[in-house]
Amino acid sequence: MDQTILIAGAGHAGGSAAAMLRQLGWRGPITLIGQEPVPPYQRPPLSKAWLTGEESADSVALRPFAFYAASQIDLRLGTRVTGIDRVARTAALSDGEVLAYDILILALGARPRRLAVPGAELAGVLELRSIADADRLKASIRPRARIAIVGGGYLGLEVAASARALDAHVAIIEREDRVLARVASPLLSDFFQSRHRARGVRIETGVETAAIEGCGGHASGVRLGDGRLIACDSVLAAIGAVPDDEIARAAGLSCENGIIVDLAARTDDPAIFAIGDCTRRPVPLYARMVRLESVPNALEQARQAAGLICGKPPPAPEVPWFWSDQYDLRLQIAGLPSDATEVAVRGDIAAGSFALFHLTADGTVQAVEAVNAAAEFMGGRRIILRRKQLARARIENVSVSMHELAA
Amino acid sequence: MPTITYIEFDGKRHPIEVPAGKSVMQGAVDNNVPGIDADCGGECACATCHVYIDAAWLDRIGLPPAGSQEATMLSFAAVTRPDSRLSCQIKVSDALDGLIVRMPEGQH
Repeated sequence: MDQTILIAGAGHAGGSAAAMLRQLGWRGPITLIGQEPVPPYQRPPLSKAWLTGEESADSVALRPFAFYAASQIDLRLGTRVTGIDRVARTAALSDGEVLAYDILILALGARPRRLAVPGAELAGVLELRSIADADRLKASIRPRARIAIVGGGYLGLEVAASARALDAHVAIIEREDRVLARVASPLLSDFFQSRHRARGVRIETGVETAAIEGCGGHASGVRLGDGRLIACDSVLAAIGAVPDDEIARAAGLSCENGIIVDLAARTDDPAIFAIGDCTRRPVPLYARMVRLESVPNALEQARQAAGLICGKPPPAPEVPWFWSDQYDLRLQIAGLPSDATEVAVRGDIAAGSFALFHLTADGTVQAVEAVNAAAEFMGGRRIILRRKQLARARIENVSVSMHELAA
Repeated sequence: MPTITYIEFDGKRHPIEVPAGKSVMQGAVDNNVPGIDADCGGECACATCHVYIDAAWLDRIGLPPAGSQEATMLSFAAVTRPDSRLSCQIKVSDALDGLIVRMPEGQH
């Protein structure tokens, strides 16, 4: 317990791992390296309460600044790991320093995928990952300002909801034929699409973004693949993220759109762990490897790594889950609908309180998408964990309580 | 400043001064008290900041309204009891000086 731990990346995963190691009694040196100038913070509010002015740097911080010194965590900000020497067990930093480690935890995160169209370099073309990004975005969302959001994923939809709350004009451009195409079922996409349209969001689906048009060096519109122009004052590119796994690849660690890890967050080097958005990990419930970009995943992997390092028994596997808040809608998703063939609808979609249960051919519940339906989410998580089989009619019968279904 | 005492499942006590206005959960997280995970950061979305309210305080703290998000989430949490609360939903005030909460065996 006197070995030196180096954590590369001070996002939700890295910051939490440092805190958990101390909770579990790790006494050795911990150095936490963050590229951003601020201590670890929660990113989920950046697309929501940060934009509407209800959060501050203090309120989103994972821990107060004083915590790191008090816990003897050497927090180094404004620098990043640029290379790993696995034989010498050292990491080179962008500021020229070289640090030795006994255990290295890679919590490198992901970065926004760049728009690859003419005009993407214009001023006013924004992305959202960091507090600095969120501040730029916030400055461009004002009453009657026009923002075009390229990409109808969760990030795009959450920003759209925040921008409408601030009375900005919002257009979403999505190349697939529905919003949330890669991350939600068609029924859920339809629901969110209609709720956003009802709030005045223009949604264009099934259309490519061909170019960003500019005026005086600043974005002034999005040119669609069919030739139409959506005039705007700013553009948010929200077309997904790519894992920051380059230094792991350069060091010869197995990577495949993310650093490959096992259920204890180990890479194929026993001295190196990897956690969070930068990893591809096994999910035993679904017998597959996935890259999950979510806070619960970052925390689960931080618990796996910190537990193993401190000699604790492995934590019980969790059902992957996720949440998103838009307008007065709280979406909670449990599980991955990888092999589902049937959907059971519980509750009233039109009333905005319902859950979609995704079932495999033998009736095993694989995933639950719950909108303003906390019982369905919580009960669903339990059902999925137990690989329970349920008949569709029984799920849809709301006179059978979720406690009964989950029992 | 109000003092909240957090007691881990193994009995270890953590008396912590928590500024009024913060949540009981935030007081634990800010001081890295083990046993309160608070995965969602206080959004009442995860039920991993579950605590048991000390019997002497239960009347003053109260229980979540039936049918509320908190009550629903709690009813499915691991090892729920009649004195269970989600600590992200309890705001610290001077009136809570001396509050004692106990942590369940696990949050997951």
